[in-house]
Amino acid sequence: MKLYCLSGHPTLPCNVLKFKSTTIMLDCGLDTTSVLQFLPLPLVHSPRLSKLPGWVSKDGTINLEKELKECAGRVFVDSQPEFCLPEKELLDLSTIDVILISNYHCMMALPYITEHTGFTGTVYATEPTLQIGRLLMEELVNFMERVPKAQSATCWKYKEIQRLLPGPLKDAVEVSTWKRCYSMQDVNSALSKVQLVGYSQKVELFGAVQVTPLSSGYSLGSSNWIIQSHYEKVSYVSGSSLLTTHPQPMDQSSLKNSDVLILTGLTQMPTANPDGMLGDFCSNLAMTIRAGGNVLVPCYSSGVIYDLLECLYQFIENANLGSTPFYFISPVANSSLEFSQIFAEWLCHNKQSKVYLPEPPFPHAELIQTNKLKHYPSIHGDFSSEFRQPCVVFTGHPSLRFGDVVHFMELWGKSSLNTIIFTEPDFSYLDALAPYQPLAMKCVYCPIDTRLNFHQVSKLLKEVQPLHVVCPEQYTQPPPAQSHRSDLMLELQPPPMPYRRCSVLGLPFRRRWERIQLLPEVGPVATHLSDISILLSLVHHSAVLKNQPPIVQVLPLKKMRGSAVFFLSLPSQHGITEVKVEETTDGHILHLQAEDTLIQLEEDGTHIVCDDNEPLRTALRDLVLRFLMKL
Amino acid sequence: MAREVRCKTVEEPSLVALAKTHAATPSFKNKTASGSHLSNVHLCISSSCFLSGAGQDVGRSCILVSIGGKNIMLDCGMHMGFNDDRRFPDFSYITQQGRLTEFLDCVIISHFHLDHCGALPYMSEMVGYDGPIYMTHPTKAICPILLEDFRKITVDKKGETNFFTSQMIKDCMKKVVPLNLHQTVQVDDELEIKAYYAGHVLGAAMVQIKVGSESVVYTGDYNMTPDRHLGAAWIDKCRPDILISESTYATTIRDSKRCRERDFLKKVHETVERGGKVLIPVFALGRAQELCILLETFWERMNMKAPIYFSTGLTEKANHYYKLFITWTNQKIRKTFVQRNMFEFKHIKAFDRSYADNPGPMVVFATPGMLHAGQSLQIFKKWAGNEKNMIIMPGYCVQGTIGHKILNGQKKLEMENRQTLEVKLQVEYMSFSAHADAKGIMQLIRMAEPRNMLLVHGEAKKMEFLKDKIEQEFTINCFMPANGETTTVITNPSVPVDISLNLLKREMALGGPLPDPKKPRTMHGTLIMKDNSLRLVTPEQALKELGLNEHQLRFTCRVQLQDPHSDPDTLSRIYTHLKSVLKGYTIQHLPDGTVMVESIVIKVSSSAEEPNTKVLLLSWSYQDEDLGSFLSTLLKKGLPSGLSSM
Repeated sequence: MKLYCLSGHPTLPCNVLKFKSTTIMLDCGLDTTSVLQFLPLPLVHSPRLSKLPGWVSKDGTINLEKELKECAGRVFVDSQPEFCLPEKELLDLSTIDVILISNYHCMMALPYITEHTGFTGTVYATEPTLQIGRLLMEELVNFMERVPKAQSATCWKYKEIQRLLPGPLKDAVEVSTWKRCYSMQDVNSALSKVQLVGYSQKVELFGAVQVTPLSSGYSLGSSNWIIQSHYEKVSYVSGSSLLTTHPQPMDQSSLKNSDVLILTGLTQMPTANPDGMLGDFCSNLAMTIRAGGNVLVPCYSSGVIYDLLECLYQFIENANLGSTPFYFISPVANSSLEFSQIFAEWLCHNKQSKVYLPEPPFPHAELIQTNKLKHYPSIHGDFSSEFRQPCVVFTGHPSLRFGDVVHFMELWGKSSLNTIIFTEPDFSYLDALAPYQPLAMKCVYCPIDTRLNFHQVSKLLKEVQPLHVVCPEQYTQPPPAQSHRSDLMLELQPPPMPYRRCSVLGLPFRRRWERIQLLPEVGPVATHLSDISILLSLVHHSAVLKNQPPIVQVLPLKKMRGSAVFFLSLPSQHGITEVKVEETTDGHILHLQAEDTLIQLEEDGTHIVCDDNEPLRTALRDLVLRFLMKL
Repeated sequence: MAREVRCKTVEEPSLVALAKTHAATPSFKNKTASGSHLSNVHLCISSSCFLSGAGQDVGRSCILVSIGGKNIMLDCGMHMGFNDDRRFPDFSYITQQGRLTEFLDCVIISHFHLDHCGALPYMSEMVGYDGPIYMTHPTKAICPILLEDFRKITVDKKGETNFFTSQMIKDCMKKVVPLNLHQTVQVDDELEIKAYYAGHVLGAAMVQIKVGSESVVYTGDYNMTPDRHLGAAWIDKCRPDILISESTYATTIRDSKRCRERDFLKKVHETVERGGKVLIPVFALGRAQELCILLETFWERMNMKAPIYFSTGLTEKANHYYKLFITWTNQKIRKTFVQRNMFEFKHIKAFDRSYADNPGPMVVFATPGMLHAGQSLQIFKKWAGNEKNMIIMPGYCVQGTIGHKILNGQKKLEMENRQTLEVKLQVEYMSFSAHADAKGIMQLIRMAEPRNMLLVHGEAKKMEFLKDKIEQEFTINCFMPANGETTTVITNPSVPVDISLNLLKREMALGGPLPDPKKPRTMHGTLIMKDNSLRLVTPEQALKELGLNEHQLRFTCRVQLQDPHSDPDTLSRIYTHLKSVLKGYTIQHLPDGTVMVESIVIKVSSSAEEPNTKVLLLSWSYQDEDLGSFLSTLLKKGLPSGLSSM
């Protein structure tokens, strides 16, 4: 059993497990932090960005004016933003049998894996994961295609050139794998390979392995996976949460008794308490609005935004913000809000019971109904005419490199009345803001990451007791910025097996047994321990044992003493008249004189020497067998 | 005892004695939970013979299944045609007194129609059952509303007593555990259930019940063709021991959906054009929504002005359920729901009782669907006398209901107070209720590949026809038990065995890679039963584990042969002979003067007195018994004369 690690990003994993001749990919996260190296894509022509000077090395030997621009003291790539893909060279992607998706954030690289690689397998995901994942991909494609950029920068990626570039470009990793965004066609084709699963559904793979998604409590439809055979169990824990937010609570008990637990997707903000951050978010928002400023919240179109809206729903009345307009701008804003209301089965109990009334599970339905929250596909069209200030705008992309957020940065960045509140933990907010400096706007950093923290995970591991833990190497040491915090790492006995990008780990397994089915026609097998010859065959993907007549029995014997007596009592039935018994050191020799037949009885063997008298031989054979069985 | 199965365990190392299974007399009095893997499944259709359950009748569904020592109740329906005790299943079949909890492991409800869940509060609160009741989320949401609706009609309007109360419905629903599609729910350590999409109505499910390697699939009501708002039923190749299928439309192979829809619209259109009123009795949820979508689009397209009404305040609420459970509807609606929600109707308005007397044409959807009570019956009474009007019955009507009577052409109805009602309006029957027809049932059998088939929820004659068809086409047993009858099906479950990987690897090394699904492979191993588990290991490992020495059984057989050649020549001739007779065996002529066939040794000797009489010595161990015995018989016949001695 081997684990191939194709991504080094701890929260956007992509691992491949080879287990019992099946090849299973666990998630395919897309590392989008690479886009921070690129210039923002403005929706409206921006004189500032178009006038940036090109970059030429100090000695003038390297001239990349067209590809690199200097902006606010840093160098950015002037090209369509590119993403850092999972490693494609470590193993042949066409050999992958199935891909298990744990949540919609961890599937963004799917089209790169399933399209144009020869992949012929199946992708398993829950319905919310598929639907919301589709929305996020659609949004990403839309953001890119809305502002087409003809040029594609490639020269700077050459190793000899890259090492001469100023930081942080110089230190960007795996730049050769960076790719532009996929097309909608690729998305549709990739998602057509998804087969839907429900929590606790047992999915059989080729009769060899069973995989089961479990609720992970992190987002709508998010799951952890159990990969098991009759004797081995691997748990794959991806983004999980023990906090009470909108999704169904995490199923912890089913993770028990794993041989190996692969642990990924812990919180990226181990020191930030999500509840505290939510409080900060609300108070900063209220403060800015009261002062007449606007609030910009760069965010993904699904996930924490539902909780933010729910929190605001309770907050705005008390804070007297009832008349402040809230805008949610995204090509998929409407879909995201609508979809969130139809997945009752995947929600926490509280929200589930609302549907029985019947009422929509999320209160943003009411915000929309009362016109407090409005959603638009983009800043163009209706929004530009209906838009009132001061207001709160939720929009993407959280990297501030593309999407409608770029426009608001240009629009509001110059005024100190306005505030930008970062809630998504995926991007460093300083890096995100770099191309907009100098900035007068206030910046508040309230990252809300509900995933497990180190304290919760060690408690969880104590409870579920896996024999071995595999995790990204980042979790085996404190974060670089807080190297003294030994509580911000995993300390386990035996120590966790760390992996990094391109690692291949042999998992500590000793398989000894395999489960097969004995068909009823084989029985009654025998009395005593039976030695059998059987037909091993595959029926409906599972190995079965069929009868192979005759059943042959090997006979274990402990003692042969007294055997002669037994024999002497019986032969008369077969017309045997004269038996001479001779005692030897190991047993007896019986001589049937009329038949000229010898039976040599010893502790570890019986030897029958006779003429070609088949009836007699078989009679003696059965006699011996019967006798042996009586022992 | 529910089963006649024995798994005998003697002292360790123990014997494996697998007894054949026997048909057993059914009984629910003993809830036996045994760990044994051989058993039989039997089904009991509820209630004794004078009462009807789900058997050959479409009145109400309630099936008891006993499988692997577990007892499961499938659906708990009510008969709409009766007003007395007979409307509920006869639970005394399970126990004469006391609560049902200790006799049932779980109750599963397939969908929210009252003929499938109407007796649930009676069963759980009045007879007494505290165990889990499983149903899907939409069923859990809608079922209490229909129950309450029905309770109101029965108790408040008809003034019946001895009926369940609102509180009982609430208490009953507290025992419900929601089921998600395809989720494997572990009821206990041995019993697991899994729900599949069934179409039919919002939230309808088929369930698979599994204990060990035995399983039963119960379809509830289902339909195999997607309609305007629901998808088609689907199940994987789960090969259940028994497939219990409804057979409401056992003989009908219905014409295409489109034709029926066109027919329906045409009739509505004609009636409205000539100024008549159209009454469509429906259940608040289900078919009603499909017909609403149909009329809504038609009205839009034809620019029709006549009003469409939907009776009862349930409408809006009902449509809201459809919006929130949109994942349970068909592909098309799910795909477009963000842009246009199909359950927001522009032309269909709420009905008020006074509207029935309004002049001019109108279309009214009114509940209940079988005209046995409530608003639909009231409107019917008002409109029945006018031949311009029309009533369209879009679903099945149970015997005894007014719906059933008028469908049978009855023109004079006896109402309460000995009044007679003359039926002059046109009566049309359009089968819109989403049940599988004969084609659909066959299709489901093809999907699931059951070993036995059981038809319920249908009429005897029609079922008989379908039964013959199924037995012919699939050569599987098909049962159609009457009410109160028990069907016992003997299963042949396989026994799980743990095979040592050492053995498997050794066998693989011997003969190419596994698995080749087309070619079974012979393998040799020792089966050990220990600690209630079976293991197949290499013989050496077994002997070592049990501290035993192998006992060799060997035969040496003397065969006399007349062969006028020297001993080595005879041996050569034997070699050549065997080579030509035994193809595919390893035959070697060894330099030490022996011939080996596999591991059987053949030697030749002769005495000096009679050099032409050869004595062949064949020696083999018991493992090669077949071959050894064959060889001795073969050689006894002598060697053919034309053999060269090489």
